[in-house]
Amino acid sequence: MKKLSSIKGTTKKNGFTYALVIVAFAVVSLLNANGVLSRSAQGLLVPACCYIVMALSLNLTVGVLGDLSLGHAGFMSVGAFSGIVASMSLADAIPNTVVRMALAIVVGALFAAVAGFLIGIPVLRLRGDYLAIVTLAFGEIIKDIITCLIVGHDKNGIHILFNVKGNKSVADLNLAEGGQVIIKGAQGATGTQTIATFTAGFVLIIITLFIILNLVNSRTGRAVLAVRDNRIAAESVGINVTKYKMIVFVISSALAGAAGALYGMNYSSLVASKFDFNTSILVLVFVVLGGLGNMTGSIIAATILYVLPEALREFSDYRMLIYAIVLILVMVATNDPKIKALFGKILPHRKKKGGAVNE
Amino acid sequence: MRNIKKVLALVLVAVLCLSCFAACSKSGNTDATTAADDKTTVADETTAADKTTAAGEETPAASGTFKIGSIGPLTGEAAIYGQAVMNGAQIAVEEINAKGGIQLEFQSQDDVSDAETSVNAYNKLVDWGMQVLMGTVTTTPCIAVGAQTNKDRVFTLTPSASSTDVIDGKDNVFQVCFTDPNQGVASADYISENIAGKKVAIIYRNDDAYSQGIHDTFVAEAKEKNVEVVYEGTFTKDTATDFSAQLTGAQSAGAEIVFLPIYYQPASVILKQAADMNYAPIFFGVDGMDGILTMEGFDTKLAEGVMLLTPFSADAEDEATQNFVAKYKEKYKETPNQFAADAYDAIYIIAEALNKAGCTSDMSAADICEKLVSVMPTITFDGITGAGMTWQATGEVSKGPRAVVIENGVYVTPGK
Repeated sequence: MKKLSSIKGTTKKNGFTYALVIVAFAVVSLLNANGVLSRSAQGLLVPACCYIVMALSLNLTVGVLGDLSLGHAGFMSVGAFSGIVASMSLADAIPNTVVRMALAIVVGALFAAVAGFLIGIPVLRLRGDYLAIVTLAFGEIIKDIITCLIVGHDKNGIHILFNVKGNKSVADLNLAEGGQVIIKGAQGATGTQTIATFTAGFVLIIITLFIILNLVNSRTGRAVLAVRDNRIAAESVGINVTKYKMIVFVISSALAGAAGALYGMNYSSLVASKFDFNTSILVLVFVVLGGLGNMTGSIIAATILYVLPEALREFSDYRMLIYAIVLILVMVATNDPKIKALFGKILPHRKKKGGAVNE
Repeated sequence: MRNIKKVLALVLVAVLCLSCFAACSKSGNTDATTAADDKTTVADETTAADKTTAAGEETPAASGTFKIGSIGPLTGEAAIYGQAVMNGAQIAVEEINAKGGIQLEFQSQDDVSDAETSVNAYNKLVDWGMQVLMGTVTTTPCIAVGAQTNKDRVFTLTPSASSTDVIDGKDNVFQVCFTDPNQGVASADYISENIAGKKVAIIYRNDDAYSQGIHDTFVAEAKEKNVEVVYEGTFTKDTATDFSAQLTGAQSAGAEIVFLPIYYQPASVILKQAADMNYAPIFFGVDGMDGILTMEGFDTKLAEGVMLLTPFSADAEDEATQNFVAKYKEKYKETPNQFAADAYDAIYIIAEALNKAGCTSDMSAADICEKLVSVMPTITFDGITGAGMTWQATGEVSKGPRAVVIENGVYVTPGK
């Protein structure tokens, strides 16, 4: 309700988020162009963009809609593999990598949206813990389905096989001469052309932000917030709860699919087991650390927590142990009332924002 | 809202606990297998070597110092492979440096057997100034890293990534190990020639490129050689803890041989469960089975009679193998497995190729790559994982596989 009375404040805050992303992009691009960035930093750029988009889209479900989803990596997976198929099968038709990449991202988003819609039908009838568990199950189902998928492409079009019993192989695709296998079931997608670029990642983040921030501040967004804050009250004033939940869930899935497509085109090999429960939780950690409903926070948290394990490479074997300890400390510190108050003093307007998010 | 927070808190606690456990079990592993102290001394020696060679570079010597990087799972599920590779490579590097001539500087990075992390590790090594990549250890990361090295023109020799996708379309990537199709074909051939007429069951992991790949070629070759496959059971990463259904299936189908084209960890569970249900077929594994004897907490008695196809056996009597095994045992207090041997050979192969191509250490990685790529098909190498190894320009190695059987906790040649 506070948000209604301070539209100007919201615009300012959104402006800050956009500015943050644009400035970060400009600085990094400039550093990169001047050769200041090391190879390891360069290699982190595209996946970091993907995880930022993932965190933003999950924040839409968890923070704005208020439903805990534990299967978000599943949508990333759908987007990644459909994007790879689109990109690889159009390789001859569209030689321009930028156009092909954009198309693949759109295809990835569409497929993930469809998956989101189908999964949303049963899932959104549930609430709270039950919903969380069911999304977890669907994430695993998506992983298993993709493990059974064999996809190839030749001059006659795309060939798809479901290898449910495990007795089919690439040879059963019956590809014509010059055909190419794109997804080899359990072996995943191999030989993918790596055409993802940092600029594409940046554009995707901006589009994601644009969609999410506008959605949240729209009529639909206010209805969604009402559903989140008090479902019964929202129903009583005639808000169609299922409809609004579905809108947000599908958009969130589509954005995750777009992130997945970009991610898939950044690596030459990709297996479905990459997008397991751990990946979902990783993204959830970004969201929680950044603050539920706080988009700027998601971006910053995703960046820091994604770069951290790589920055800790100096510790060799103890890398992940230190990562876990840092994570615990950060989580404890950010929830400590004293430290929160300290932040409140340094950044006077932060207190107000924190209050709005918590309510 | 409050509910969600509670759930979130629970989930986070669970995740943090899990990551702690993962870290704990990992450090536990290092303690038991290579002894933590040993590890630190290795690290110390490496850094010491780094320093001396760095000093050596300032005064231009006749022999160059090449920077060899390696990537493999030093932590996580497949850590035994990665650690064996790094240990084996370390011994080879020390031997070559002691000999004089070209000098090698060696650095290893962890990739947890994950493609994304592996590419990050590769970039880290490029920052370090790596000139030749000896890696990566496992298949899926190797495909991703191979695409990068192909783009950047860095010569890549993988000790153990065995899929054909690793070398497919990449002229700069070579293998020391057999390809998966070769392993499947060789296993079927071996069974048809030496233990013919028996019914075969296969238990494999169908969400793993390695396992599925060997399974596919094995089944195709088995059909050709009239080996009767009576049962095929599958499992996935998540169901790798209970195999009673698959084993019962194999038993009731009357299988006398169980082919296990899988890694040693699930294999150890299968052996245990089969022993519990008094089912004693011949278990036949491939190179992923290697490592089962050094697995922590595994009763090696269970592995008695297990056959596996591996290019290396620590009991071979040639001088090179004996020397390597003795050094490895002294340094790391365990018997080296095939991965260590592959890596040991890989370093020697790189050194020989560098010598033959006449590379100098001031050349860029790309220049070295072009020279090595042209020289590789002309090399014939006698190593501890096979005599007379040669390479095709595609990157595939040709050498003979060797079947071994586990007796009294060591590999011996069958029928000996």
